[in-house]
Amino acid sequence: MSILIDENTTFIIQGITGREAVNVTRECLNYGAKVVGGVTPGRKGRDVYGVPVFDTVRQITERMRVDASVVTVPPAFAADAAMEAIEAGIKLIVIVTERMPRNETVQLIELADQYGARVIGPNCLGIISPHKSKVGGVGGPAEDTRKAYMPGPVGVLSRSGGMTTEIANTLTAAGLGQSTAISIGGDPIIGNTYADFMPLFEADPETRAIVIYSEPGGTMEAQLATYLREQKSRLPVVAFMAGRFMDQMPGMRFGHAGTIVEGKADTSAEKIRRMREAGISVAEEVSEIPRLVRERLG
Amino acid sequence: MRFYEYEAKTLLRRYEVPLASFRVASTPEEAAATAGELGGTVVLKSQVLSGGRMKAGGVKFASSPQEARQAAAEILRLPISGQVPRSVLIEPKAPVAKEYYAGVIYNTLAKRPAIIFSDMGGIDIEEVAEQHPEHLTQATFSSLRPVSDYKMKEVVASLGITGNELTALTPILSRLARAFLAHGLTLAEINPLARLENGSFVCLDCHVDMDEDARDRQGALLQELGIGREETRQARPPTPFEIRGAQIDAQDTRGVAGRIVEFDGDLGLIIGAGGGSLTLFDAVRKYGGRAANYCEIGGNPSVSKACELTKLILSKPGVDKIAVMMNVVSNTRVDIVARGVIKGVVESGYDPAEKIAIFRIPGSWEGEGFKILRKYGVEYYDRSVSMDEAARRAVAKMQTV
Amino acid sequence: MAMFIRVEVDPQVAGQADLVKKLVEVCPVDIFATGQDGALAIVEQNLDECTLCDLCIQACPPGTVKVVKLYE
Ligand code: SF4
Repeated sequence: MSILIDENTTFIIQGITGREAVNVTRECLNYGAKVVGGVTPGRKGRDVYGVPVFDTVRQITERMRVDASVVTVPPAFAADAAMEAIEAGIKLIVIVTERMPRNETVQLIELADQYGARVIGPNCLGIISPHKSKVGGVGGPAEDTRKAYMPGPVGVLSRSGGMTTEIANTLTAAGLGQSTAISIGGDPIIGNTYADFMPLFEADPETRAIVIYSEPGGTMEAQLATYLREQKSRLPVVAFMAGRFMDQMPGMRFGHAGTIVEGKADTSAEKIRRMREAGISVAEEVSEIPRLVRERLG
Repeated sequence: MRFYEYEAKTLLRRYEVPLASFRVASTPEEAAATAGELGGTVVLKSQVLSGGRMKAGGVKFASSPQEARQAAAEILRLPISGQVPRSVLIEPKAPVAKEYYAGVIYNTLAKRPAIIFSDMGGIDIEEVAEQHPEHLTQATFSSLRPVSDYKMKEVVASLGITGNELTALTPILSRLARAFLAHGLTLAEINPLARLENGSFVCLDCHVDMDEDARDRQGALLQELGIGREETRQARPPTPFEIRGAQIDAQDTRGVAGRIVEFDGDLGLIIGAGGGSLTLFDAVRKYGGRAANYCEIGGNPSVSKACELTKLILSKPGVDKIAVMMNVVSNTRVDIVARGVIKGVVESGYDPAEKIAIFRIPGSWEGEGFKILRKYGVEYYDRSVSMDEAARRAVAKMQTV
Repeated sequence: MAMFIRVEVDPQVAGQADLVKKLVEVCPVDIFATGQDGALAIVEQNLDECTLCDLCIQACPPGTVKVVKLYE
């Protein structure tokens, strides 16, 4: 099993004719994913690797079932594109766009809440359920994706798109497959945090452990710690924390927009302390993750 | 991006938040003239981007133009947290009866804007939250609907405030929230928000931060405030090396090769992407390496960007070798980075086999990339060598030379 | 100077206006340009940006355009 997406998931790509979107389309198709349409205003009638292009999202949703949309339009248009997909009834919105203003991010998330839609990102590479489907650029070209990911018992949640694949690759090399891996986004405000995804993994019988990649900045690690304690989760969690050097450099933004030490609760040291308190195993380096996962799987 | 107090007050004035009639002076003479025009006792405040001005001596009172000249001269000479004041803000001293706090932020877990209010103003709000939580209240509100007065009324009333105070405070909070939403702010804070002896309210000090990513949409406001593109307003001003890095990143739109931060070690780093850079920088430090810089490459940068970045790092005094490392890449291409880095090394007049301590970028187009690296005799590793191990080997190489 | 890529175009193709136009259009990194006389010009400083996408090869008769990797 897997969460959110599987081999039957149909999705569209908004901004499909853009340079990177064209790559993502080809990579998803080669991985066997069902890309059923694309949207670029003014380009209706064209196709990208055989995927038909439309002017509006509704032109597609009127014709067929669409489970998800990947938003890959420039920051100035991203919130509008996401709202178009949400109001057309699509329930899973993956926002790849980087540098979206926060006031627009919260607006589209609020709209999604009203429509019962789930937002992943912004500033993410998407989701993958190995050997079933991938929605977004996560993993890169299909042959590289097959090298890095294989099906198995570990759910992966990562604030970094690149590190999603690095961690999956490390797990795969150690013989530990993944149920679903999600690049959750590197922005300070994202549609779904670690804790928001936990109930889905909880309900997936195949998933038996979770690995998270975390960074300084924000409070979503603390939120996960609270969740694990209060919900008495059956799932052991292994975490890796990058950016420890930032504790000495408050106020400086490194890496993602969400990665900045503003107060004590933001530091990696404090986050690691809280996670350990909640029973999360914290790896000192990525290569240690498989051993810790095996330990926790028993 | 933080605003100076006078910029923040200019913005809030537009939203009809009550303010004293403030002016800005950049010389002691101007300050004296302004104090004369305002009459009575005035307060002079250093215009710097850091907090803690009062403690540092950046706030003074004056009851005559002569005193104002003297106070302004002292303030303008006094750097605070390493920052030289840009000017002094002058306004009439207000007879305060009580101080409150009002702030708007994002609640990142609820993913909504949130209003925070306290009847203990004038001190750090974190301190109130820790020591007097019963004096603090907060509530999220909608970002889609226009700001509702009733929401703000509920917040103020929840602290037991009623009567004229309630009806006067409510619209001030609403206006602050409107400014917050309309201008892509990440923090809009009035502290203290003072009730004067005559019962009226006035914003004595405020703090406004704008989302970096909202700057493009806020061109009109930024222009009106005279905030230029080049003003980064980071925790410390960028060094010339960092400015050059930003220029390289801006040279074309293909991918990222920049976000450079300068350190003073001997090992130049060409690392990526966002999360990978953080992981690798930690690893280099863990093994005792002395990094010359932090940087990020990602999003499949052009050969020429990677080349220019390499040349910049190699031109930094004290840089002995460079390590080129990333996580398993998805959209960045190994061969493109390899071409760029090798070209940069060669154009700087060095031998890639000698200058590149290690190359560890597995993933997209690695086969093609490894061919290039072999041809130039560069020590490279695929995904079977972990990021940590790659960093360890790079550092070890530095110690043997 | 290009260190990694050389592009060889058959002189016949290089003189044919419609094929030149196609080459200029397809190359994502602007390696081809039209010279003053309408003949093909290779933009030397962009050669190393070549993405090996083969679009130029597909745009012309078989064998007339070659993309050579100098590192092989
Ligand atoms: S292979 Fe692609 S990038 Fe290279 S020259 Fe041909 S069209 Fe341009």
